Amino acid sequence: MQNNTIVQLDGVVKRFPVGRGQFTALKDINLKFKAGEFSGLVGPSGSGKTTLLNIIGSLDGPSEGHARVLDRAVENLSHREAAELRNYHIGFIFQTYNLLPVYTVFENVEFPLLLQKMEKSKREKAVMDALEWLGLTDKVNSRPAQLSGGECQRVAIARAMVKRPEILLADEPTANLDSANSHHILKAMVRLNRDLKTTFIFATHDAKVIKYLRRKIVLEDGSVTKDEKKEPRSKS
Amino acid sequence: MLALKLAYRNLAGAGLRTWLNVIVLSFSFVFIIWFKGFLEGWNREARRDMIQWEIGGGQFWHEAYDPYDPFTLQDAHGMIPPVFQNEIDQGRLTPMLLAQGTFYPQGRMHSVMLRGIDPDQSILDIPSRLFHEAGESIPVIIGTRMASNHSLDRGDNVTVRWRDVKGAFDAAEAVIVDIFKSNVPGVDAGQMWIPLNRLQTMTGMEGEATLLVIRQNTKIESSHPEWMLKDHRFLLAEIDQIIKTKSMGSSIFYIMLLSLALLAIFDTQVLSIFRRQREIGTDMALGMTRGQVVRLFTVEGTMHAFLAAGLAALYGIPFLYFQAKRGFPMPEGVDDYGLAIAEKIYPVYSAGLVAGTTILVLVAATVVSYLPATKIARMKPTESIKGKIQ
Ligand SMILES: Nc1ncnc2c1ncn2[C@@H]1O[C@H](COP(=O)(O)OP(=O)(O)OP(=O)(O)O)[C@@H](O)[C@H]1O
Ligand SMILES: [Mg+2]
Repeated sequence: MQNNTIVQLDGVVKRFPVGRGQFTALKDINLKFKAGEFSGLVGPSGSGKTTLLNIIGSLDGPSEGHARVLDRAVENLSHREAAELRNYHIGFIFQTYNLLPVYTVFENVEFPLLLQKMEKSKREKAVMDALEWLGLTDKVNSRPAQLSGGECQRVAIARAMVKRPEILLADEPTANLDSANSHHILKAMVRLNRDLKTTFIFATHDAKVIKYLRRKIVLEDGSVTKDEKKEPRSKS
Repeated sequence: MLALKLAYRNLAGAGLRTWLNVIVLSFSFVFIIWFKGFLEGWNREARRDMIQWEIGGGQFWHEAYDPYDPFTLQDAHGMIPPVFQNEIDQGRLTPMLLAQGTFYPQGRMHSVMLRGIDPDQSILDIPSRLFHEAGESIPVIIGTRMASNHSLDRGDNVTVRWRDVKGAFDAAEAVIVDIFKSNVPGVDAGQMWIPLNRLQTMTGMEGEATLLVIRQNTKIESSHPEWMLKDHRFLLAEIDQIIKTKSMGSSIFYIMLLSLALLAIFDTQVLSIFRRQREIGTDMALGMTRGQVVRLFTVEGTMHAFLAAGLAALYGIPFLYFQAKRGFPMPEGVDDYGLAIAEKIYPVYSAGLVAGTTILVLVAATVVSYLPATKIARMKPTESIKGKIQ
């Protein structure tokens, strides 16, 4: 991979077995993402956004083609290597937050660092930093059930960024949020992207999110139909 | 260890369900230990009582003696061999003569075993020193069961009938000179104790005996070909068998209890693995390997057993200690088991019992936790994250 390409997809095809036949969810996807991009996969429901994000996140492999993520061929990774890649280099943010309900905010954010076996003092500092970043320092000991949707998603962002991953994948992060909260978390992500140079790849059909993107990749029916650089919404 | 830490967090977070499982499992823990300890205590007490009251340190039986065949009793007697005389004189052996008889309390006929015992013996706990002359009547000592079965009291007179050595019937008045209390039914129910020389005279079997009881912890060097040595293994075989049967019968009970507790864990595990699919998918998205997730869920299940062991220790140790000290009162009317039953049984817990039970519960809990967890290994994280039941 040359210069600062962080994700490269070459002829990626994804098929799912459906009944007796197969359903092709992704058809010949060719894309490159550079480090520090703030980009999004945009398209109607069922167009393959989540499927593509899962492949980039090494949760799933392509049926055909090559997906290189941080110089690793996703299709060749063992379970263990894929887990390791996600553990150290990729953060996920989900539409449904997916916080661990029995953990406190602190424990939720601490979780990825526990997996990395980071030592306690470093871990605590990193968690507190992340929580501070997202304005959650007063919720450290709350549990997800006690938080609003916006707060939950901020915890999820803190959990995704606490390990300082190169890539942050966000699947419909605002779908369950009202517009004020959506803008709030989007600004937090813009800030992350700017300060930490984290590469963001969204999957969304939310106009609010699209406004923030600097690159919009339109997926339709499993194919890329448009890939445009755009001026992000003016600084606010 | 990471899995331990996370498992503990998950369990603590799950709250009530965890504690319900832990409480149920801790009950079976304590119950199994208590019950086994109870049987062991019973066993020991029963053996000790049998030794003290009935069988001593072993016995020599006349070759014709067969306690299971009362018809042979007529012939099961013989002259006490001179080789044993020295041991008898030194109180290391005591002869006993058995004869079948009948007696007539309130005019009804009952068969009875007449047992002649040396009034000066100190090998068995039978209070033979309480024999005293009662004029013409035969002095008799009986146990409390015998007394209450036939409404007999100290000082009562009963007619006793027996056959002498030639088979001729004879009868005489007997007087109850004392009543003793023993846990051993074999020396009590249907038994009448008579001074040995009196029974020998009554039956015309002077100098004869049916069996010789050895003092506890005493080795008798002498032997005689017509007198068979019966050791503890032989004499206690029956009670060992009864205890074994009881403990097998009761193990069904606690296997059920344990299964119930394990089923609760199993159920919790299966349920968690379905309900917590999204969590499992998220764990994997955050970088856990499948192996780590399987381990986490297994440890979570197994941890129930550890917590249960801790909880069981918390209330179980005082409870078990109290039981061992104060004893467990046995209900009345359980006398008919054919082995000694004390009014109170003092449970005895061995280190092996506690360790064995702990290992059993831990291993069983691990198995029922691991089996459902293996299902996780077959889940696709992309599907689990959606939280759909597969
Ligand atoms: N495991 C699967 N088995 C079969 N078909 C699947 C599977 N996963 C996805 N698909 C199909 O692939 C297509 C793309 O799915 P995907 O989830 O990527 O869509 P999406 O663009 O994320 O849609 P949405 O905006 O609704 O989230 C859909 O038609 C879906 O039904
Ligand atoms: Mg989707």
